[in-house]
Amino acid sequence: MTGQPVPVTLRVNGRREVGRVEPRVTLAEFLREELGLTGTHVGCEQGVCGACTVVVDGAAVRSCLMFAVQAEGCDVETVEGLGRDGLHPLQQAFWDAQAVQCGFCTPGFLMTALVALRERTDWDRTALRERLGGNLCRCTGYEPIVDAVLAAAEAARNPGGEAAR
Amino acid sequence: MRSAAFDYVRAGSVAEALVALADDRETRVLAGGQSLVPMMALRLARPEVLVDITRCPELQSCSLEESVLRIGAAVPDAVLERDPDIRAAHPLLVRTLSLIAHEEIRARGTLCGSLAHADPAAELPALLLATDGEVEVDGPGGPRRVPAAEFFDGPFTAALDDGEMVVAARLPVPGPAVGWAVDEIARRPGDFALAGAVCTVELDSSGRCSGVGVALFGVSSTPVRSRGAEEVLMGQQVDEAVLDAAAAASLDGVDVLGDEVHAPAAYRRDAGRALVRRTLAAAVRSAGGGTA
Ligand SMILES: Cc1cc2nc3c(=O)[nH]c(=O)nc-3n(C[C@H](O)[C@H](O)[C@H](O)COP(=O)(O)OP(=O)(O)OC[C@H]3O[C@@H](n4cnc5c(N)ncnc54)[C@H](O)[C@@H]3O)c2cc1C
Ligand code: FES
Ligand code: FES
Repeated sequence: MTGQPVPVTLRVNGRREVGRVEPRVTLAEFLREELGLTGTHVGCEQGVCGACTVVVDGAAVRSCLMFAVQAEGCDVETVEGLGRDGLHPLQQAFWDAQAVQCGFCTPGFLMTALVALRERTDWDRTALRERLGGNLCRCTGYEPIVDAVLAAAEAARNPGGEAAR
Repeated sequence: MRSAAFDYVRAGSVAEALVALADDRETRVLAGGQSLVPMMALRLARPEVLVDITRCPELQSCSLEESVLRIGAAVPDAVLERDPDIRAAHPLLVRTLSLIAHEEIRARGTLCGSLAHADPAAELPALLLATDGEVEVDGPGGPRRVPAAEFFDGPFTAALDDGEMVVAARLPVPGPAVGWAVDEIARRPGDFALAGAVCTVELDSSGRCSGVGVALFGVSSTPVRSRGAEEVLMGQQVDEAVLDAAAAASLDGVDVLGDEVHAPAAYRRDAGRALVRRTLAAAVRSAGGGTA
């Protein structure tokens, strides 16, 4: 029979996970259905909306466009890995800037922004808009999301400053 | 939707991949998956065996050999973009990559995957064509090299035989005297182009055009060379009138797509000509020609 389950071992938010999955199961599906990590949302399933964005070996990627078997041996970070003791500074910035309405897009934006801020913290508004441009939001009109990430970047640059609170 | 069921082979070498691709069932190479996985989710593709080539060590590196940049089939676009040697050697490639989707897609999508996928609106096939690059293929008949001009057979159709795979792309690096430009019209940055053009222009010491390559993407059912524009430019002292004439001739012999959901044919013609003019002017400027 085609498509029998195969073993997969990966690390998710620092924890080793061992599973058996059909090859056609996407990483998004594996995280949600097998591991119960439903913070990773699935919108378009075609790579277009960004809701399913997770971090694999340090890069923000679409978990709907990867089969779980492709993540063998990889280090995966999901939104559940953020702020395990209270809110992560990026989440706090989203809260403060009212960058969340229905919240469907939020985990994807957070994971995209997480990697963007690891790359650099001196983003200007235009470059950051483009960097976040692969993620869609139907509610906020984007401005508060950009505000939030800029505030988090500022806080990261000046840990003791006003923006860090 | 979930893809149809398939078996998954993680190839550890090109030799292993070729054995897996020789399966009697319908096989497909899986590289970055950024085009193939959406097609499978939409059930536009239903391969029975996927051969993941991204863990083959021979496919994971790039090298610069005698002004040709050789890019392995497992190297993601984002890695190319960040490589300081590649940024220095081939800025036109780096600029072209930046027009593709967004960072999250380029983190996994590969240059060779884009060539094999042969989307008529894709940037990289046009770059290969404009610069007379080649594709290194391996398969049951042994390794071979396919010039860009013979590789793009039709929409989403590359000149690969059953059981063959792309192992590397060979991109000639434009020399210091060569000017270049790439540009496209898309609804938003990162969207597929409604039309685009990429070109290189070489000027001799008297400022005459001594070499030119122009390719269009998103305009026809495959990437296509603009021989009309090239003929107008070649041997000329490039000024505004020559650029106008090149743009006017740029679609001669090009089979422009008909009206379709993204744009009417008339728009594509206008956009194609405008982009040829714009990129040629920019390329001449960067080659050191003052007139444009
Ligand atoms: C939201 C979104 C936006 C995008 N925007 C753009 C864009 O603006 N411009 C653009 O050009 N592309 C765009 N893409 C496509 C993306 O660049 C793909 O990554 C690329 O076209 C294919 O590369 P891949 O490595 O992901 O190939 P895959 O998806 O793995 O494969 C694509 C096809 O090529 C075949 N293939 C792949 N590698 C090989 C090989 N080595 N040998 C033989 N066959 C092979 C596969 O079998 C499959 O048929 C977009 C994709 C998404 C999801
Ligand atoms: S669900 Fe993956 S990008 Fe939309
Ligand atoms: S908050 Fe609703 S989609 Fe972004």
